[in-house]
Amino acid sequence: MSLLWLRFALGCYFISLIYAFVALMRTSDLFSRIALHAASLGMVFHFVSLVELFVSGQIVWASVHNGESLLAFLSMTFFMIIYAIYKTTSPGVVVFPVVFFLTFVAAVDQQPVLLTQYVSHKGWLVAHIVLIFTGYAALVLSFGASLLYLLQERRLKAKKASSLISFLPALEVIDQIGYRSLLLGFPFMTLGLLTGSVVAVTTYGHVDFLDPKILLSLLMWAVYMVMVFTRWNSGWRGRRAAVLATCAFVAALAAWAANYFSTIHRFAAS
Amino acid sequence: MRYQLIGVNHKSAPLEVRERLAIPESRVPDICRDLAAYPGIEEGMVISTCNRVEIVTHTVNGSADLRGFLHQNFHLTADELDAHLYEFREKEAVRHVFRVASSLDSMVVGEAQILGQVKEAYATARAVGAVRGQLDQLFSRAFAVAKRVRTETAVGSSSVSIASVAVELAKKIFGSLEGKTVFIVGAGKMSELAARHLMAHGCTSIFVSNRTFDRAAGLARKFNGQAIKFDDLYNTCDQADIVITSTGSPYAIFKREHGEQFLARRKNRPMFFIDIAVPRDVSPEMAKLDGIFTYDIDDLQQAVSSHVADRRNEAELAEAIITGEVESFEGRLHTLDVVPTIVSLQDHLETIRQAEIDRVRGRLGHLTAEQEIAVEALTRGIINKVMHTPITTLKTAAKESEATTVVDVVRRLFNLGEKDATPPEKKKEVGTRR
Repeated sequence: MSLLWLRFALGCYFISLIYAFVALMRTSDLFSRIALHAASLGMVFHFVSLVELFVSGQIVWASVHNGESLLAFLSMTFFMIIYAIYKTTSPGVVVFPVVFFLTFVAAVDQQPVLLTQYVSHKGWLVAHIVLIFTGYAALVLSFGASLLYLLQERRLKAKKASSLISFLPALEVIDQIGYRSLLLGFPFMTLGLLTGSVVAVTTYGHVDFLDPKILLSLLMWAVYMVMVFTRWNSGWRGRRAAVLATCAFVAALAAWAANYFSTIHRFAAS
Repeated sequence: MRYQLIGVNHKSAPLEVRERLAIPESRVPDICRDLAAYPGIEEGMVISTCNRVEIVTHTVNGSADLRGFLHQNFHLTADELDAHLYEFREKEAVRHVFRVASSLDSMVVGEAQILGQVKEAYATARAVGAVRGQLDQLFSRAFAVAKRVRTETAVGSSSVSIASVAVELAKKIFGSLEGKTVFIVGAGKMSELAARHLMAHGCTSIFVSNRTFDRAAGLARKFNGQAIKFDDLYNTCDQADIVITSTGSPYAIFKREHGEQFLARRKNRPMFFIDIAVPRDVSPEMAKLDGIFTYDIDDLQQAVSSHVADRRNEAELAEAIITGEVESFEGRLHTLDVVPTIVSLQDHLETIRQAEIDRVRGRLGHLTAEQEIAVEALTRGIINKVMHTPITTLKTAAKESEATTVVDVVRRLFNLGEKDATPPEKKKEVGTRR
């Protein structure tokens, strides 16, 4: 059943996805409203899917698909929070495709895959997953915002008359969205990594720093920290911030992909 | 009606060209004097604003070498300049002057400032004697037309202006303007207006700097702001989010290194420069910096033009008024043009008639009073009949553009000599007397 709900959610997210592409070309108030409603409805289905999974006791915290589903849901939650504060749907241009992709992967092929190793402290594991996924979701948002910032900056610099009626919010608003996501995401990411190490230490007795998953996660965290620092210290934004955000995002993707070849952090194929 | 006009405006020439043509206020009287003394020109005046440089003249024979005058006075080669120039003569020149004065040719259609600038240009040229009868007529009419356009159409009433466009752009950058700081560099009317708009939209503090400190202090007082010494400009400027600059400086006062300093001190928070000065105050190099957003007068125009569609109807109405006014002005001028010819034609034939009567009087012997009257009536009747067609032709021609040709033909046929021989007092009585 959970999977069915997830597929309904996917259908709704698909409508939002179309919006993401259309919005890049033209502004339509009606369409952004439709996208918003579709996204909200999708979230409802998504939530039901997650709850059912949880209630039925079928949830497998370390399952890659459940994880993707959860990450998609958290990203969407961030998007909605931003909408509630800033009344703009434009971060959807980046968030919607990411959410759609995650939900799609989670919905089409759901075989429960488990961590190969027995994990003794389940509480730590749950904390690790929720924290790190919240961090990821915030990262997606701030990555999206930095791309939008770049886009809006270019439009303002190009001085086209059409830049006045673009779908993008004001430059400083985009900047705030990005910065706040960044600030919010950083502690989650940090705590997520710490709880992860706790899980590793309790399971293996040590943290294997040469494992690709750990290396890439640390790299991602380092880039994340550089982003927060440059922003805080010298107010980097625009092009330089977008480059950093892209690096962090790529590192996050790589760290995610590392699940498939890490020896210790593995969602084992069934 | 030998009006001739040459110039560049924001549509015909880029800012780079207009910058080089811009005439400092102090030089305008000299240029007017030079213009009036230039070969082939009877009267002349110069309209120089940040969006246009125009030379309006009344010429001796309808075609003076105005391009030559520009080349000579502005050290620009024909290659650099000619592609951007427009030139109007006679009726088209009149139309253009009417349109400029009515603010239909403005960057922001309907803005009121241009009429004041034209009036000022007119007063300056008049003061040095470069404007006399013909341009006087033209501009008096132009001012009346501008007033008509303003009262009969809504062209000037919409809120669209440089100032409101500046506000809109600022909002695109900063979102809300709540708590933002404005810096006015160079106290001028336009920057004051823009600042007023920005304050009305939430900007809270204001700095004013001007080469003459007193003017800065005066303006700062109006806004409850703070006057800054011009020397402290670069030290203070980074505190402002929005800078409106409109100094008369011949070179850019904000250079790339200044921009870099500002950004470093502001931790890269963006700055918005509204540069309404011509020549520009913000160097193009500085405008390239990330985080510095500069809109010069041309960019603002582009932004404004998207609004222009809204008031197209009103502008069309205004254009119709102008077309009517051009026709009636032209008609009046042409009628004035043919009047001296008609008068001298009448005089000429009257002289012939008198001479002929005197010549035959001896042979006629004594005439009774009735006979006297009959002879008088007979001769007068003949010349009136003869004059009838030429005079109606002249009057009809006056309403069309061929007046000059017809006048010349009539003058030659009747050997009437120089055109303006008739003193103006005689112009009053016109008509075929029967």
